[in-house]
Amino acid sequence: MTIRTIRPNRGQHYRPRMHCLQKIEAHMVEMQDPKSGLKGAEQKLNVTTIPHVITGGGLSIETHTGTHAEAYGTMLVAYGYIYPLQNHRKLVMCNDGSLYRFQTPYFWPTQKWVAEDCDYAIYLAKRNIRKKGVLEPFEQEHYTHLHTWLNHKWDFIVMQATEQYKAGKERKKPDRVVLDCQERAYWIVNRPPRRTHSALDYGTDRLIDPTVEEVTGDSTLTIFALLFRFPLLICRLVKFVNTYKNHDPFLAPCLPSNPWVTDNDTYWTLNIRRVDQCTKMRVERWSFSFFELLSDQRGRDDFKSFLKKEFSGENLAFWEAAEELKWGSAAAIATKAAVIFKTFLAPGAPRWINIDGRTMGLTVKGLDHPHRYVLDGAQTHVFLLMKKDTFFRYLKSPVYKEMQKRALNPELHNFSEAQLEQNARNRSLGVHPITVWEQEEEERAKAAIASAPVDVKAMMSKIDRK
Amino acid sequence: MRGVTSARQQHQLAEAGEPWWRQRESERKRPNTRTSSTIPSPLCASSLKMACQALQSGESLATLKNESDSLKKKLEEERAKLHDVELNQVAEKVELVSALSIRTRRVLKGHGNKVLCMDWCKDKRRLVSSSQDGKVIVWDGYTLNKEHAVTMPCTWVMACAYAPSGCAVACGGLDNKCSVYPLSLDKNENLAAKKKSVAMHTNYLSGCSFTNSDMQLLTSSGDGTCALWDVESGQLLQSFHGHTADVLSLNLAPSETGNTFVSGGCDKKANVWDMRSGQNVQSFETHDSDINCVKYYPTGDAFASASDDGTCRLYDLRADREVAVYQKDSIIFGASSVDFSLSGRLLFAGYNDYTINVWDVLKGNRISVLFGHENRVSCVKVSPDGTSFASASWDTSLRIWA
Repeated sequence: MTIRTIRPNRGQHYRPRMHCLQKIEAHMVEMQDPKSGLKGAEQKLNVTTIPHVITGGGLSIETHTGTHAEAYGTMLVAYGYIYPLQNHRKLVMCNDGSLYRFQTPYFWPTQKWVAEDCDYAIYLAKRNIRKKGVLEPFEQEHYTHLHTWLNHKWDFIVMQATEQYKAGKERKKPDRVVLDCQERAYWIVNRPPRRTHSALDYGTDRLIDPTVEEVTGDSTLTIFALLFRFPLLICRLVKFVNTYKNHDPFLAPCLPSNPWVTDNDTYWTLNIRRVDQCTKMRVERWSFSFFELLSDQRGRDDFKSFLKKEFSGENLAFWEAAEELKWGSAAAIATKAAVIFKTFLAPGAPRWINIDGRTMGLTVKGLDHPHRYVLDGAQTHVFLLMKKDTFFRYLKSPVYKEMQKRALNPELHNFSEAQLEQNARNRSLGVHPITVWEQEEEERAKAAIASAPVDVKAMMSKIDRK
Repeated sequence: MRGVTSARQQHQLAEAGEPWWRQRESERKRPNTRTSSTIPSPLCASSLKMACQALQSGESLATLKNESDSLKKKLEEERAKLHDVELNQVAEKVELVSALSIRTRRVLKGHGNKVLCMDWCKDKRRLVSSSQDGKVIVWDGYTLNKEHAVTMPCTWVMACAYAPSGCAVACGGLDNKCSVYPLSLDKNENLAAKKKSVAMHTNYLSGCSFTNSDMQLLTSSGDGTCALWDVESGQLLQSFHGHTADVLSLNLAPSETGNTFVSGGCDKKANVWDMRSGQNVQSFETHDSDINCVKYYPTGDAFASASDDGTCRLYDLRADREVAVYQKDSIIFGASSVDFSLSGRLLFAGYNDYTINVWDVLKGNRISVLFGHENRVSCVKVSPDGTSFASASWDTSLRIWA
């Protein structure tokens, strides 16, 4: 007879680490301290009185202040350390007079022991007996499911359930009510019904057991020499932050306005690629680093036009081609490498790049068996050349200065309430990225045809025929 | 029949004596496995030598552990002697961040189940999100339109990514695969028909990311490996082995060379990898619990990690050490996701206690707390131009904040 487990064996069996449990437990012990902790009251429920009841408001004051208190309280309820008495399916702490009680430590969540399906089946069977067959819909669902999967153990389960039911009957009424509440709360946290957010609802299992002692194979410490003095690296971070702080939409206002706030997308339309006049902020950003200039397509176009004037466009073209090779599909590597060699590296090539002999030699040799990173050396060399020399010349050039002069400085939007509402109703759809991509592909194809090296022989024969 | 007592009843009997939870307390004690990473001194070199020699003479693991603990203490003392200046001291001269007024600007409702992951498109307004029931939805966040919806054949789609061109999305989860779906302008087209299976792991997919183009895909998996794939052919280009437990997240470096990425896993380690050689170039292990998310700083030479121990830490790659810890005594629930703002001044972190905290990266203090979600925040990402950030949560909604 094969006993199938409920969850298929994927090699992951362990619950994720719940590092917060230790801290919560310490706090729970503190809160229940008879001298300094919370004071519980008694509550009358029908005929019986239930001791040790606390209100949501009281708990909030005890833990933190304000909305943090509610959030923390909600987490305590979601983990099952405190359970609500009134709306037992909603695991949220409300900051009002609703009643809660501390869960007994036996039912606290632990890292090591998982709430077993077998135990849940026993609980449901017991509840079934007590309620004479009337279970809540989610419980009914679970019951039928477990009845199918644990059928081989069902006799044992029913036996345990009846034993516990009988044992429960022998207790005093208040104790019985309390134990029932506690058990029900435990199972709501561990088997949450739909629409109940329980913190023990964790997702998928993990590969390693978090409760196992760490066994490190070699006890060598990872020690590396401090290459830079510590303050230096902080200064780097501070410098970066200071350079960009006016460009961060969270720290300085977006000009003209943040589209998410005012529902007006002028900011986006001003910053697309094909725009004649750029904003001042955008142009300023290009001067921060060469990488920024290249990342912004508009900046790259501007840089290209500058290079055209200087007749040194081949460096950028080679860099772009090498990038395409590196990030492109594996099948196209050979053809792309051949084209690049013919266009940029071969002696007498139409767009020959000027790199040192050693790099050139290594690259050409590598191109016999082209792989993805064959142009890495040459590409780095060209990039550094552009970064250290051409970029700075660009920043001093009349092209860039002209760009700066013509740059727009849009006014800060100042919408009234009514205008904001209207904006919200008329949000523009923008251009779909697929359309933009198709346009760019077309332009790229046209540019490739236009810049293809002219076949002299064909031209001559054409002229002869005329 | 009477003699049969279940395990539960036995526990209840035992409760009469020592409190049950106090008994478990002792079982839970684990040795402190903190590893500090950088100290310059002759002390460390000689200690390292001693440790290696002890290993050779066949001493037991326990004695070696004791020795390593004592060495760590000595290293900490040495470091204190150097009077290292802390990040917040140098940053004292930097002005304070003025009070931020961040509010929810959009709520994206449409998923029927927990939203596990999301990613922005380069056009700054579209995003893709994936959820527990297998649905992957492409939204226009600005207009709240749902543009595409795909139903994956598996549940728990834990990773999704938008292609740089905006023409495709990649997603994967419990099916151990990462599939790429090309998007189209035609709303009625069945996207599942054009699906391309790219990555194949031996366990669940925890993270995926396109590199600089649509043609390559980087994935991380619960089987402890990361891998680089060619999208067109589905070929494995490079695999990265080194984690001893599930890898939960990865992030590509934004540098001009773009050759490295960082991954964080359940073994408490954050590893930096070279994509070209497949080697693990750096490793950081200072967290106390699983690392849920790693994210590079905008410059590319530092990264932040969010962990289940409730802290977020900043690591510098050039100095090879942890630089700052973003923690508070009142924050005890794990951080699930982090992202930097455009200038790198703000760190947005989503937590398992349903909140999002905004930290000041330089000064190390918390600027504000954002409430709004009704369940765990699973993913926080800043939009490509920095104008807003989106948060995905297990309460089935996504929120865009600005």
